[in-house]
Amino acid sequence: MMKKAQKTNWVLTIVLILGTVTVFFPLYMAFIIAFKQPSEMTNDVAGALSFPVKWSFDNFEQAMEVTDFWHSLGNSLLITLTTIVLAVLIHSIAGYVIGRGMAKKKSFHFIYLYIVSGMFVPFSILMMPLVKQTAQMGLGNRVGVILLYLVFYMPMNVLLYSGYLKNIPVALEEAADIDGASTWKTYWKIVFPMMKPMHATVAILTALGTWNDVMTPLVIMSGTGQNTLPLAQLNFQTQFGTNYNLAFASYILALIPILVFYIICQKQILNGVANGAVKG
Amino acid sequence: MRKKMTNRDKTFWAVIIPVLVLFFTFNTLPMIKGIIYSFTNYRGYGTYDYVGFRNYIDLFTDARVGKSYLFTFKYALAGTVLVNVLSLIMALGLNSRIRFKSALRGIYFVPNILGGLVIGYIFSFIFTYILPAVGNTFNISFLQNSILASEKYAWIGVLIVGVWQAVAMNTIIYISGLQTVPQDVYEASVLDGASKWKEFWQVTLPLVVPFVTINLVLSTKNFLMVFDQIMSLTKGGPAQSTESISYLIYRNGMDGGQFGFQSANAVIFFLVIVAISVFQMTVMNKKEEQL
Repeated sequence: MMKKAQKTNWVLTIVLILGTVTVFFPLYMAFIIAFKQPSEMTNDVAGALSFPVKWSFDNFEQAMEVTDFWHSLGNSLLITLTTIVLAVLIHSIAGYVIGRGMAKKKSFHFIYLYIVSGMFVPFSILMMPLVKQTAQMGLGNRVGVILLYLVFYMPMNVLLYSGYLKNIPVALEEAADIDGASTWKTYWKIVFPMMKPMHATVAILTALGTWNDVMTPLVIMSGTGQNTLPLAQLNFQTQFGTNYNLAFASYILALIPILVFYIICQKQILNGVANGAVKG
Repeated sequence: MRKKMTNRDKTFWAVIIPVLVLFFTFNTLPMIKGIIYSFTNYRGYGTYDYVGFRNYIDLFTDARVGKSYLFTFKYALAGTVLVNVLSLIMALGLNSRIRFKSALRGIYFVPNILGGLVIGYIFSFIFTYILPAVGNTFNISFLQNSILASEKYAWIGVLIVGVWQAVAMNTIIYISGLQTVPQDVYEASVLDGASKWKEFWQVTLPLVVPFVTINLVLSTKNFLMVFDQIMSLTKGGPAQSTESISYLIYRNGMDGGQFGFQSANAVIFFLVIVAISVFQMTVMNKKEEQL
């Protein structure tokens, strides 16, 4: 019986391999259109699915120019990376303080509920007042977007960190306390490193959310002339006109950074997502 | 008699107070402002007056708002059911004895890491040009015109894209759910001679109910708040047939001079989301307890 249990289900394997067409087809279409010339765009199926006559990077070069690609990429990287670093630092210590405080004090339990309930607040209700407020505070820019992300992801991340804290024995901190170490020092030296698996989860979930977000930069940074990578696709839509080849070259450029990141960190990302959902 | 604050307490408050100020300033404060605006006739600029509950009363008679709620609920309901059925099937497949397991799991997750806006643009092209081309070549009449141009079927186009992206995420969650089911439970059911079908309904599913809860709440919330796909696929058209609540609030609140009115809409939308989430969690908690 053991032997039978180990047998590979080949039929299912093949079905699942064939099923990946649903994932690859749209990406394949985008890829070949990005390389074609407008004159190659035909209305028949065979023509639409065929390879381009010539693999030329002209469309990509042009798309980079039209959408100011490097600038948008720089903004996206800046916003996402800063958000991740600050989220890991600030949300982790907030999660720690709330998690440990909750065990002893009612006030911290209240703070926990207050912050975590923010998870149900849709962006729509905050959007219009936030646009006014950030403009008045001089934050209608990249700094404002980063600050907002730190606030939007706080409920989920605090929940994750304070939940993870249950796995870390308080005894360690008490021992450090007896040795005369301050709470602040104990946190960064002992607890923070021990929360490493949760840092990965938080960083990945926050990164995926902020990298692809359109709405926040759209309403907050609209006056600055700055774009993030997704926002550039929206703002230059009219300039692409009916030149789909140029548009698709631009879409491919916008998808490449996250795809490369995914291919490199695939295992961590899948673990991180599963971890976050299960713990959350 | 109260004890003096220890150093640990001081550190705790020194950390939490700035965090609370940040959270209050950019979450609670704008929410309160939104609620206040919802009682005014503010257009987003110029002067305004308080109008009491008029915006709320008007909401219930406004045809466009009604239409957007109808579309959003239809979309969220269909999306949530489809996504959960599909991703549970996918998870069962990807969790069984197959080859290339991790590669396949990796590939099926790709739609989730890609941004909704760009994916929307790509699918928009497929719906507008590729599918009609297929329809013309093989004489399939319902494919000959773009479904995004049809008032009746455009929502299905948006649904396909939404589901395509969401299945990836929920599959991963269901896989981690299936992995929590101990192997000996299955061995026992094999010994009992249970069929695969029976095994799924009576053994597997009850054990992954907590994961069904997570997935239901997550996908309902995400589908209700649909925005990016609408922006890139239909812009709410044709004839406002795919205008989601988020999109309407954005469109008319930001540029349409309905700041106050759409604030009232956002308040109601917020209450709806909370009510649905709480409802789902209570019902599912009861289910979990029964088992």
